[in-house]
Amino acid sequence: MSLEEKKQQVIEDFSLYEEWLDKYEYLIELGKGLEAFPEEKKTDDRLIKGCQSRVWLDAQLRDGRLYFQADSDAIITRGIISLLIGVYSGETPEAIAADDFGFVSEIGLKDNLSPTRANGLVSMIDTIKKLAENGR
Amino acid sequence: MTVTEIRALFPILDTPVYGKPLVYLDNAATAQRPQAVVDCWKELVEGANANIHRAVHHLAAQATDAYEGARNRVQTFLNAAAREEIVFTSGATASINLVAFSYGQVFVNQGDEIIVSTCEHHSNMVPWQMLCERKGAKLRVLEPNRDGLLDPAALSALLNEHTKMVAIAHISNVLGLVNPVKELVRIAHKAGVPVLVDGSQGVVHEKVDVQDLDCDFYAFSGHKIYAATGTGVLYGKRKWLEAMIPYMGGGEMIETVRFSGTTYAPLPMKFEAGTQNFNAVPTLVPALDFADAVRENPAVKAEQQAILDKVYSKLTEDKRITLYGTGKENKIPLFSFAVKGAHHEDLALILDKMGVAVRSGQMCAEPLMDHLGVTGLLRASFAPYNTVEEANYFLKSLDKAIEMLV
Repeated sequence: MSLEEKKQQVIEDFSLYEEWLDKYEYLIELGKGLEAFPEEKKTDDRLIKGCQSRVWLDAQLRDGRLYFQADSDAIITRGIISLLIGVYSGETPEAIAADDFGFVSEIGLKDNLSPTRANGLVSMIDTIKKLAENGR
Repeated sequence: MTVTEIRALFPILDTPVYGKPLVYLDNAATAQRPQAVVDCWKELVEGANANIHRAVHHLAAQATDAYEGARNRVQTFLNAAAREEIVFTSGATASINLVAFSYGQVFVNQGDEIIVSTCEHHSNMVPWQMLCERKGAKLRVLEPNRDGLLDPAALSALLNEHTKMVAIAHISNVLGLVNPVKELVRIAHKAGVPVLVDGSQGVVHEKVDVQDLDCDFYAFSGHKIYAATGTGVLYGKRKWLEAMIPYMGGGEMIETVRFSGTTYAPLPMKFEAGTQNFNAVPTLVPALDFADAVRENPAVKAEQQAILDKVYSKLTEDKRITLYGTGKENKIPLFSFAVKGAHHEDLALILDKMGVAVRSGQMCAEPLMDHLGVTGLLRASFAPYNTVEEANYFLKSLDKAIEMLV
């Protein structure tokens, strides 16, 4: 799937749920399904600052594409980061750096988190972008 | 007044969130304001806005009367010996910083010790830490007993000839236990040490008589006790306030100003530099009237007790839950707890979408979180306008949230 197709898929998946509680259920499921993150990678330099819960993000560049791994001690946050890396993993650093992350607003995620959590989401996006910038 | 009638004084409680009735259980962070407080605020802005104390014109006189009237009200509220012992600040944090600086500059020197408890809000910890760093003094820590209560015997063991201050919470904002402040003060005084009480939570739940407690300082914020934000009170015994140096210079705190030197205004002006929050401070009058009235109201007392019984039983009996701050005889309806296998942030997010406003995280008490061995907790704090029905809805919602997560 192309980057655009992946985003469209997320938007469609999210639109299946009308109630926010159901959307949370969906995020919880995504969080539970997130690939295990190696304990030894849970270091301070991989911690994303600005989140209430702890979120670790790691990126590896293989054949010109970035692959992300992430974890959080809070399950909804895990779901959110899982959703983000599901879209951006396997893309080129150039494509990620140039992306506007607009689909996050389209699914209403940012508006439905309290300001501290919305900041956390912004921090996650900023970190993904920064890792992409560094990977170029 | 019934609890239903009391609720009607708070229009915000009828504001739905996400289409669901609001169940506001974050009262320890800030209380809602009754209509009388909102009206008072509005009337002052619309009808009596002028800077206080100096000008001779009509509006200034009105504003000054309202402001100084609030001082009289706070004096009777706390049963302070004199109105000069009531200093207005921007909040409890400012009150404590004032003492840490102005008392600390005069009375604390290298090698001295300040005692704070593990259970303090950062606002009653960091100012003392800063003072210690400034002066080369040492911060000593009073640990709570297993329930979370401060123990007079433990304080006694920490006091020595170097101790210059004991700073403790009347009620911890995390544990919700009423500390034996009167006894702690007695023990500290026996060693010749003054006591500052952080009354941010205490003043809301307890009838405070500073002469009976005999504490040297008592600090609280207006916004937690139904008044406007940006209002705060510092009570200080006259002998200390007289001996302390001003915190900030400028404005109303002077007597005469010359380049050769400035003399300071008498109490309490000495500590009220700059333009005061004169539109907001008078809201303390209807706010404290309300606080006094509900504290003695039999219907409220019964409802609060029923909430305490109900929530305490559930949170202590549910095996998935660990309640911090136990011992019902000293407990106010403020509950901080952890749920096994569920992060406090997730729980708060889900409860929010059910219309329940609770606090999650470290609650400005990182050292206490470390002491308890947790990264954060979930806190539900009830006010006199909360009902048993809301408590039940909260417990039901909590159950649902746990089921979603675990």
